[in-house]
Amino acid sequence: MTTGLEARNIHAWFGKKHAVSNISLDFNQGTVTALIGPSGCGKSTFIRILNRMHEFIPTAAMAGEVLLDGSDIYQSGVDVTKIRLQIGMVFQKPNPFPSMTIAENVLSGLKLAQLKIENRDELLETCLRRAGLWDEVKDRLDEYGGALSGGQQQRLCIARSLAVQPKVLLMDEPCSALDPGSTLRIEETIRELAQTMTIVIVTHNMQQAARVSDYTAFFLSDGGPGELIETADTKTIFSVPKDKRTEDYVTGRFG
Amino acid sequence: MPTPRTITTEPRKSDRVFSAIVTGGGFFSLIVLGLISLFLLFNGFNVLKTEGLKFLTGFEWQNAIPDAGTPANYGIGAMLYGTLVLGLIALFFGFPIAVGSALFLSYYAPDWLKKPMVIVIDIMAAIPSVVYGLWGYFVLMPHAEYWAKLIHKYLSFIPIFDMPAPAYSRSPFIAGLVLSIMIVPIITSISREVFAQTPLDRIQAAYALGATKWTMIKAVVIPYGAGGVIGGAMLGLGRALGETVAVYTVLNLVYDIRPEVLLSAGGSVASMIVNKFGEADKAELQALMAAGLVLFLVTLIVNFLANLIINRTVRK
Amino acid sequence: MTIAAPKHPWRPTPKDLVPDFIGVLLTVLISFLIIAFSPLSGKLGFVVSLLFTAMVVSGVVNYIRRDRKAAFNAVTSVLIYITGTFLIIPVGSILLEIIAKGIPGLNWTMFIHDMSVTSADAPANEGGLLHAIIGTGYLIFFASILSVPIGILTGLYLTEIKGKFSGIVRFFVQAMSGVPSIVAGLFIYAVWMIQLGNQYSNIAGAASLAILMIPTVARTAEEVLKLIPPDLREAGLALGATQWRTVAMIVLPAARSGLITAVILGIARVAGETAPLLLTVGGADAVNLNPFSGNSSALPYYIWKAFSLGTDQSIARAWAGIFVLMALVMAFFTLARVLGNRRGRA
Repeated sequence: MTTGLEARNIHAWFGKKHAVSNISLDFNQGTVTALIGPSGCGKSTFIRILNRMHEFIPTAAMAGEVLLDGSDIYQSGVDVTKIRLQIGMVFQKPNPFPSMTIAENVLSGLKLAQLKIENRDELLETCLRRAGLWDEVKDRLDEYGGALSGGQQQRLCIARSLAVQPKVLLMDEPCSALDPGSTLRIEETIRELAQTMTIVIVTHNMQQAARVSDYTAFFLSDGGPGELIETADTKTIFSVPKDKRTEDYVTGRFG
Repeated sequence: MPTPRTITTEPRKSDRVFSAIVTGGGFFSLIVLGLISLFLLFNGFNVLKTEGLKFLTGFEWQNAIPDAGTPANYGIGAMLYGTLVLGLIALFFGFPIAVGSALFLSYYAPDWLKKPMVIVIDIMAAIPSVVYGLWGYFVLMPHAEYWAKLIHKYLSFIPIFDMPAPAYSRSPFIAGLVLSIMIVPIITSISREVFAQTPLDRIQAAYALGATKWTMIKAVVIPYGAGGVIGGAMLGLGRALGETVAVYTVLNLVYDIRPEVLLSAGGSVASMIVNKFGEADKAELQALMAAGLVLFLVTLIVNFLANLIINRTVRK
Repeated sequence: MTIAAPKHPWRPTPKDLVPDFIGVLLTVLISFLIIAFSPLSGKLGFVVSLLFTAMVVSGVVNYIRRDRKAAFNAVTSVLIYITGTFLIIPVGSILLEIIAKGIPGLNWTMFIHDMSVTSADAPANEGGLLHAIIGTGYLIFFASILSVPIGILTGLYLTEIKGKFSGIVRFFVQAMSGVPSIVAGLFIYAVWMIQLGNQYSNIAGAASLAILMIPTVARTAEEVLKLIPPDLREAGLALGATQWRTVAMIVLPAARSGLITAVILGIARVAGETAPLLLTVGGADAVNLNPFSGNSSALPYYIWKAFSLGTDQSIARAWAGIFVLMALVMAFFTLARVLGNRRGRA
């Protein structure tokens, strides 16, 4: 198994506040890794460090390395837009571009990166199929994205991320704004996508972590910075966790 | 089945008086706008009646000469046309600078520069028009004449840059330049207001897809803010159309419709009113009132539309 | 293990700035070469070629270092920076000219003399603008008296009554702020002079300025009143106070400094207005202490007249007048900002 993305000794700060402390994690190609933990434990901050979205917060600082195929994405001289092309991200709230049609939304990544669009129709269909949305929208690709339901919008956002062919897809609580039915559809999509790419998903829903992920990492903050308590394959975490705190959390005793 | 009770409140007398007074104050602007139209219409009615549509299209401005038997002849066509030309020139230069500056302030400027620049824009809005006028006349004009000569030299194959006579001073081009500076703060502040409301999650989505700053702006900020920016431009246009003193200082008023913008001959309804007001007799005064009414209605419509657009896109 | 220190790897390091620095050097160098070896010349030529070269160089440098996308981004950034610069140049020029041309014409005696015995070509140190200052003082005072109650009532209507006409009222206030100043002057002339048969006077000028001032006061007042927390009002009403008493004793006092800001902003807006005064105050060279009748002057009028006379001395007077007027406007403006900032709003 090849390692797609590695985080080495990651720290994060917001101003003086130490938000995430010393996290090292490997994300293997073709797997889904779930980051779980109570709110405020730094899992969202951590995932945003993985594709350099962290730096949009003016007071933000970080330390450590994130290696994509062995090279540090925070190295000086790296083209950050190219990094984000390879490491896509899906956000908590579905956010299709309202000024674009469904088709334009899917292809927007190529336009934003000023890449040539080859085989437009084929690409469109592949991405929408992989996101599990094709059958629902194939007859109305020229309608605006805002007309779709929440779950459909989120799958449109996934399709949009896929169009630039990223190696890694980061998902920051992608289902937290959706109803249970849409959530299940997205989980299916995640399973299918995992066959070809690396997926990291932040979730506060433990059943979801158990359903979709191969590996699970448990984050916790005891008032200080968020730390990685334990990581293992998902079965182990949910059945025989090593740490008492992990056990308490996955059995629902707190959090 | 219980029926819902209706809750009635009997406001106290003091509250009713309070409410009435406040409501009266609130409607004052509406009343003033109505009164302005009424009084200008009332005073200019005679002229409008005798001139008819010719008042808007004609470009003669002639008092009656009883001895020669020539009747009065009032038309503001040339001035209306000139006003429009000035507005367009002002937008041509002012709009890109204003929108560019708003983008600069919102997405490019380093933090330490933002506050001073906002103050500069506020100062720009606070400078009285008479100051703009004198600055335009004494400082800008010598430079602008030189620019006009260059434009004429290289672009005179375009009819509007033609010069029938080498008179470059006090042209619509120069007056339009002065106006463009005056309307920048309006357009910039509205644009900034709009850009600031661009949803952050869309901006992040664009960056997460590998956008550069520019492609992000093109895909997210501009589609979101376009309506508000256009509304801001129209507010600026309204200001430019109604500007009086600054234009009067730098523009040579000529009662003629000319396409050449670099030539020392232009028109402006507002400036014409000031120009003619001093020596106006009763009939001419009525014509000036009618011209004021036209100017008022034109700017009112432009402002109405501008605010409609802005309210729809920004202040939802 | 060593304790990690916060870093900002996304900020450019000195090494990253080297290409930028070379780019700037290259830009300046190429512009000089263009000026030296092409028909372009002079300051304008230099600026034009500098801006043009800056775009080309930044595009090329980024194309070599990165790709087409980066080049495009760099060129647009340069363009945006240029527009930002263009915004500052005229303001800088205006302020510098006012200082350079205004200060030589200043002297203390101008604040105690008027122009009644001074001819247009008398030396600039004779005469003065006392009459204009008194006129402007009257205008500001009466325009405030006329517009502030209306403006604040409008603000109250929009925030306290919130009637079903709020949208319409707000819309008309916005529309009123677009009324050309000359139209305000014509309107007052039509009502006050033609209809009521009065003469030129300060009060007529003040009325025309009030029309221009009301929307500024009303809109700022609305903004300020909106910031008063609603629970403050509810607290008043829950104590059994009437709405009128709640507004008068709780809301308005809480908003006091904000409302003062609104008034000052309104004054700054109209203190320099010229066009309506040309139609309403009539102009004068002597002090007129009676605000209710007779021709009088004001600072903008004084500037206008001195400029129109056209002699070297009177134009020097005009610039000195501009200096005084700008100092006044900027003083109001600064005061409004300081008051506004003290309430915690930038």
